[in-house]
Amino acid sequence: MRRIIDRGVRYVLFLSALVSIFVVFLILLFTLREGLPAFQEIGVVNMLTGTVWRPQQGELGILSMVAGSILVTFGAIALGVPLSLGGAIFLAEVAPSQVREVVRPAVELLAGIPSVVYGLFGMVVLVPMVRNLFSVPGNTGFGLASASMVLAVMVLPTITNIAEDAIRAVPKEYREGSLALGATRWQTIISVTLPAARSGIIAAIILGVGRALGETMAMIMVIGNSIRMPRPLGSNPLTLFLSQARTLTGNVAVEIKYATGLHEDALFATGVVLFVLIMLVNGSARALVQRRSA
Amino acid sequence: MSEHSVTSKGITRESVSLLHLLKLAIPGGEMSQQKTNLTRRQLIQKLAFGLLWLSGLAAVAILLAVVGYVVVQGAKVVDLEFLTTAPAGGLAASDVGGMSTTVVSTVYLVFWTIFIAGPLGVLAAIYLVEYAEEVEGQSGLIPILVSVVRFAVEVLAGVPSIIFGLFGYALFVSAKGLGWSFSLGSAAVTGAALVLPVIIRASEEAISAVPRSYREGSLALGATKWQTTWKVVLPAAAPGVITGIVLSVGRVVSETAVFFVTFGGTVRAPDTVFDLSSPGRSMALHVYYLAMETRAFDKAMGTGAVLIITIILINLLINVVSRRLTARLGGR
Repeated sequence: MRRIIDRGVRYVLFLSALVSIFVVFLILLFTLREGLPAFQEIGVVNMLTGTVWRPQQGELGILSMVAGSILVTFGAIALGVPLSLGGAIFLAEVAPSQVREVVRPAVELLAGIPSVVYGLFGMVVLVPMVRNLFSVPGNTGFGLASASMVLAVMVLPTITNIAEDAIRAVPKEYREGSLALGATRWQTIISVTLPAARSGIIAAIILGVGRALGETMAMIMVIGNSIRMPRPLGSNPLTLFLSQARTLTGNVAVEIKYATGLHEDALFATGVVLFVLIMLVNGSARALVQRRSA
Repeated sequence: MSEHSVTSKGITRESVSLLHLLKLAIPGGEMSQQKTNLTRRQLIQKLAFGLLWLSGLAAVAILLAVVGYVVVQGAKVVDLEFLTTAPAGGLAASDVGGMSTTVVSTVYLVFWTIFIAGPLGVLAAIYLVEYAEEVEGQSGLIPILVSVVRFAVEVLAGVPSIIFGLFGYALFVSAKGLGWSFSLGSAAVTGAALVLPVIIRASEEAISAVPRSYREGSLALGATKWQTTWKVVLPAAAPGVITGIVLSVGRVVSETAVFFVTFGGTVRAPDTVFDLSSPGRSMALHVYYLAMETRAFDKAMGTGAVLIITIILINLLINVVSRRLTARLGGR
């Protein structure tokens, strides 16, 4: 009797494990089933290089959204990486344990704050700040700059946690050898520990990029959601970041509830593009980590 | 990708060249060169560590700024009435209404997502830790499936939530799928898919942390594999498994994108927890609608404050549980 239960249980457990495959399969099936017709109808190249998104007129180019996603991710990484890596080095190498016990939970909590709350904070605090700070005609405050700032905070926990693990994983002997040769702790960090942890740190940044590309609600709330190609507002090219934009994720979320026909298919195709981007990004992070452990 | 590796290298290079510049800038007499060299290096270290302290404390400062601002602003509108009154809905009524039904909807949503994903996730984790190693390394279909399962869990953990939303919309909401329309049912099953990898990963970690000797002791006493797993391994792993589930509760409470495209957003809550065909609006969705559509920022802050406090309580709970876990495994 016990044996029979034992064997039966094994199948139940196995089936539960298979559910994950089933979910991935369904996600692929349903996004592709709806997305592929759009690719066929509009053409992959037309869709990816078209800068005009006018669903009513059947013009469904998503290049502006691709540009929006990439630019805001770039902004978030440029702002977030120095802070996150500094935090990671601080936690792994410098912080006294009492300080670490305050900073680490703080970083964890930053990861737990809902994205709508970040979005709300961005709308109420950052957007007016950006609007008042830069007096450029057409600057509404909503746009890439505000969105990059919000997103920089949102990727901070991801990068900090993974980079800290990578730095901690460097064998103690490396540090001891360097210190014994007379290097200061900082010299040891910059010329021994960090190079040794390099692939893990890069993986952390790449995963941060993946996180940034996937963020939806906070982006909708602060980026302005303009369907136009992001462009500099003034003669200074940096005013590009004051431009409103729209992300791939935002495009899907804002329009899917009322879209029909080819428009709906194009939104699923946007999802497919996003999915492929994220898989490439996460896959390269995985490859990097596996190469290191191999 | 190459762009970002360049960025990270750039930082190192910049700091190194800064180091060189500083070296050049500070003149050292040949007599005391060694000594000034040491002072210089220590100065640079002080500078660098100062910056590291700043970036470490920046995380705390940002947290305090965001949480502090939302909670202080939110406290102006949150009172018992706000918590127990239904939202007014619509565009006109930004000065009336509370958030009661959104709390109810959130609770229903959490109940169903965990009810679906909890058992599935824990059972899958048990298989992956306790049973999969028997077949791994062998040839045949099952070992291949096991490695595909591991890959699938990793993929699910990395998929952005709006993709889950799209899938839920196509499969459950849309008339071209199952046609459940925007409803508690559509939202719950999609939400369950979202948190499934969270539960699997946390449970896997907890189960594999149980010492081998526990299992050996039980098997030696004549218990079957399942009896051992059920009566010995799972109780020992319980705090870690619970941590994963509580983490998922937090994820469902704070998730917005998925429920934006599956739950509907009506201010009326489903009548009961079993009213799976009715739409609703979770607390996080309420913040979104208040900010983006009603433009009632004070109420949005109030709801956001309640949301943040809920998340802080959930994090505290996780800390307590995982402390117990470490104490338990360390103690024996």
